[in-house]
Amino acid sequence: MNPDAVNLADDAPREPFAVRSLLSADDLTAGDATRILDAAESFFEVSRRPIRKVPALRGKTLLNVFFEASTRTRTSFELAGKRLSMDVVNLSASSSSTTKGETLLDTIKSLEAMQPDLVVIRHAAAGAAAYVAARSTPAVINAGDGTHEHPTQALLDAFTIRRHKRDLRGLKVAICGDILHSRVARSNAILLGKLGADVHFAGPRTLIPSAPESLGAKVHYRIEPALEDADVVMMLRIQRERLSGVFLPTLREYSRTFGLNERRLALAKPGAIVMHPGPMNRGVEIAPEVADGPQSVILDQVEAGVAVRMAVLWLLCGG
Amino acid sequence: MSEVLLDPAGVAMSLRRIAAEIALAGRRRALTGRATEPPVLVGVRRGGVPLAERIAAFAEEAGSPAMPRGVVDITLYRDDAATALPSVRIGPTRLPTSIDGRRVVLVDDVLHTGRTIRAAIDALFDHGRPAAVELAVLVDRGGRELPIRADYVGLEANVPHDARVEVMVKRTGPRPEDEEPWALVMPASGPGPSSAQQEAV
Repeated sequence: MNPDAVNLADDAPREPFAVRSLLSADDLTAGDATRILDAAESFFEVSRRPIRKVPALRGKTLLNVFFEASTRTRTSFELAGKRLSMDVVNLSASSSSTTKGETLLDTIKSLEAMQPDLVVIRHAAAGAAAYVAARSTPAVINAGDGTHEHPTQALLDAFTIRRHKRDLRGLKVAICGDILHSRVARSNAILLGKLGADVHFAGPRTLIPSAPESLGAKVHYRIEPALEDADVVMMLRIQRERLSGVFLPTLREYSRTFGLNERRLALAKPGAIVMHPGPMNRGVEIAPEVADGPQSVILDQVEAGVAVRMAVLWLLCGG
Repeated sequence: MSEVLLDPAGVAMSLRRIAAEIALAGRRRALTGRATEPPVLVGVRRGGVPLAERIAAFAEEAGSPAMPRGVVDITLYRDDAATALPSVRIGPTRLPTSIDGRRVVLVDDVLHTGRTIRAAIDALFDHGRPAAVELAVLVDRGGRELPIRADYVGLEANVPHDARVEVMVKRTGPRPEDEEPWALVMPASGPGPSSAQQEAV
């Protein structure tokens, strides 16, 4: 046989995806994350076809259980499931029996009797998804548990960065704003760090968690040093619902000291991209001219969300 | 030791003949008043892709107008997609132009159960409504499980149902177009890395 000749059949990776439930960005190795992002590239292509649906997960059931309000994430998971031909059932807290006094575990147990293959859960309590995963058979995806984690958001952010910057290794990523209450910041610091990015947090002292170094990020109490020479600027929402007034004197002061405007953005590298997990408070953490400016990739993030969640559903279902 | 079913010269000769037959069928279609646009050659990932490139090159060499090339990935259309044990990499599906109303020739390396082709046809129809779909394969090894046949066949071989038949390529560069189909072999029996995939689809 000619030593230069190769067999195409030997190219594909064959080890099954080892992750069963996605509760934290820490559940993923850099290799797992890369595999999700690579698969998402293909699903991104599916979302741009005339017929945006493939039969891959026909006959599988996805249960979307949302105990906390969400438009973007719930719709994104719903669309991801539907584009893979799954049967998708949405359940939101207002319509569920929790308002009638049922416990989380009882709700989950009765839903489990409907034999879903995957459960996506959002809950206001940190650790809720892990609690459910430990006590039920279907695979569980954490779609946000309080101020703890939101791993699929970190994956879609990584996907968006990769599409614009090719490789995450060595990129300076500034995550700015309310780090303390942000599950997005936590998951992103873990995941982007694993993928080789240099993560910087910036926020007022009152909104930085007590041991930020444990997430592998460098911390700044002013926004400017984080922005200097950054490749990626990720602004976080000021979560008015989680701030009871003791964290910030006024929103106007916050906007003046930590808001991203064109002048501050000029500190970053010329081709830096601006991200925001949404929903935005225009004029508070981000100026409208930046949010709608040429460096903003905020809408790309939303589009990436569907593709990345398709990849997660596909791989967790044994794809 | 593996058995060589087609050596490099045999592969080239088969593909050259297939290219001529595809062009001839096009002229026959034109005589009956159907559209004369060149067909779209769509390789089934991975094995069919370098073959489609080669067939298109041979057709152009013989004076046919350039045939647009595309790639179809069937991973998400497999009948065992959700239960398949080995995790395969999903590749991109790329079609050069709209396939609505076009003649499409699917190109694959080995035709066995027919399940891959069933999946490829389904995938194709999610991109449009071709006027006709034809099938070209380098080898038809028999063992069909679905009512599917090839229009253009390089080699017909009766192969034991548990044997593997594989196309070897020579890489001349990093791009998929740089893979030159080189030989058709039947590796010595034994569970190889690709047997599961080939049985399943």
